Amino acid sequence: MFDVNEIRKDFPILERTVNGQPLIYFDNAATSQTPNQVIEVISNYYRNYNSNIHRGVHALSQEATDVYENARQKIQHHFNAARAHEIIFTSGTTHSINIVASGYSKLLQAGDELIASAMEHHSNIVPWQMLCDRTGALLKVVPMDEAGVLDIDAYKDLLSKKTKLVFVNHVSNALGTVNPIEEIIKLAHVSGAKVLIDGAQASPHIKADVQALEVDYYVTSAHKLCGPTGVGMLYGKEELLNQLPPYQGGGEMIAEVSFEKTTYADLPHKFEAGTPNIAGGIAFGAALDYMNAIRFETIAAYEQELLIYATEQLKEIDGVKIYGEAPHKTAVISFNVDDIHPYDIGSILDKMGIAVRTGHHCAQPIMDFYKIPGTIRISFSFYNTRKEIDTLIKGLKKAILMLK
Amino acid sequence: MSIQEIQEEVIEEFGIFEDWMQRYEHMIDLGKSLPLIADEFKTEDNIIKGCQSKVWVHAELKNDQLEFTADSDAIITKGIIAILIRVFSNQHPKDILAAETDFIDQIGLKEHLSPTRANGLVSMIKQIKMYAIAFQIQLN
Repeated sequence: MFDVNEIRKDFPILERTVNGQPLIYFDNAATSQTPNQVIEVISNYYRNYNSNIHRGVHALSQEATDVYENARQKIQHHFNAARAHEIIFTSGTTHSINIVASGYSKLLQAGDELIASAMEHHSNIVPWQMLCDRTGALLKVVPMDEAGVLDIDAYKDLLSKKTKLVFVNHVSNALGTVNPIEEIIKLAHVSGAKVLIDGAQASPHIKADVQALEVDYYVTSAHKLCGPTGVGMLYGKEELLNQLPPYQGGGEMIAEVSFEKTTYADLPHKFEAGTPNIAGGIAFGAALDYMNAIRFETIAAYEQELLIYATEQLKEIDGVKIYGEAPHKTAVISFNVDDIHPYDIGSILDKMGIAVRTGHHCAQPIMDFYKIPGTIRISFSFYNTRKEIDTLIKGLKKAILMLK
Repeated sequence: MSIQEIQEEVIEEFGIFEDWMQRYEHMIDLGKSLPLIADEFKTEDNIIKGCQSKVWVHAELKNDQLEFTADSDAIITKGIIAILIRVFSNQHPKDILAAETDFIDQIGLKEHLSPTRANGLVSMIKQIKMYAIAFQIQLN
């Protein structure tokens, strides 16, 4: 049985106050909070077996290497990758995308085409624009409608023999839309294009099976799913990762080095130059353990209840306009109230101890689409409660009274 | 009045409020009463970059004193601007350059100084000081 009050005991930060009020944390899409089970793993690493991995012959190094590689396997199993070495540890989603975008410099020619969706985070736009600048490839964009749903017919029209790569987020960070990635991947493959899915916003809610999806690259960050910041993953199919040139040179990623010629190490080390975030990688694995113990189905079902409840409550307030009402959404609500600037409402809610996000959410093309400067975004996690939503609604009404 | 005196007046004015809500309500009122910047100065050049809300600031030298006009699309930001204008407008550039800004702390608006708020209060003060430098050079 899922008991939110029991779950909340795992998160020490939820006990603190902000501006004299109990913290209500509704900025989970930016980063999730960390449970004791993960904090303990990080602390235990530094207390008991901190050492550099993959090279020491001493006991600590071997212990750390074993636990780190075990975390890689946990990630492999969670995403159902065929091989552990298809999981590359990175510093996060942005790093993962840059590895692929940088590698494609060698694989593209002028006139090749890339396809993005209209609802991408800047981190899944800018690295590809830089790639286009380097190679002369062209970036095409799949449009979306008012509800925040991608136009799949337009996508089909954009696909051609020239399309080399398609990159779409699994879930939109600004709107919460769950995109039909199965269909997007299938259609791309029919055209002979590869697909990268940005799973940063999906990973806390949806367990992706990379083999069932047949996705070519899947990327995410640990801090979105109860893990620490500064660590993430790049999943790639073995043969594709082998074709991709290394991103950074350095230690760990080499087989042999001489001043005449260096040969690169095999996967995954080819992409893991330098000493990695060892504690972070281990904690990433622990975060997946933690969430899998609760079960993703349970988490998603509970969060959907919160989403429906909050959406209903918000819609009862005069002047509230919600952006993004796709039929299939994660627990994210972007909204504005009349012409009140989101910054004003966010500042007042903060005084009440309620953490929300305001602004363009690193997705300016979406804001341009709706012709707004930004939105207030509330995003739920499984440790949030209906009571917190009630407090938000009360606070929001007060803020509106103050600002009108 | 000198900048110092106006700052003390503002601190005293904010001192009567018992809680943050009254302070914010006052700031919102100040924002609403802010005389608007002339449309001709609401240009891209006058926008302060790096703010979540848009902020325009314009400065003119009148009788050796700098006069500021400004606007924002967010009302709390406008309230902050109104306070800054009250403190720094119609002052000699060299006095503006010499002025401290810790009064913002003392009126309970410290959180707006944090760069993460991206409301541009820090950038606004920087911009006001930049204008003062530019006009000070002109006066010399």
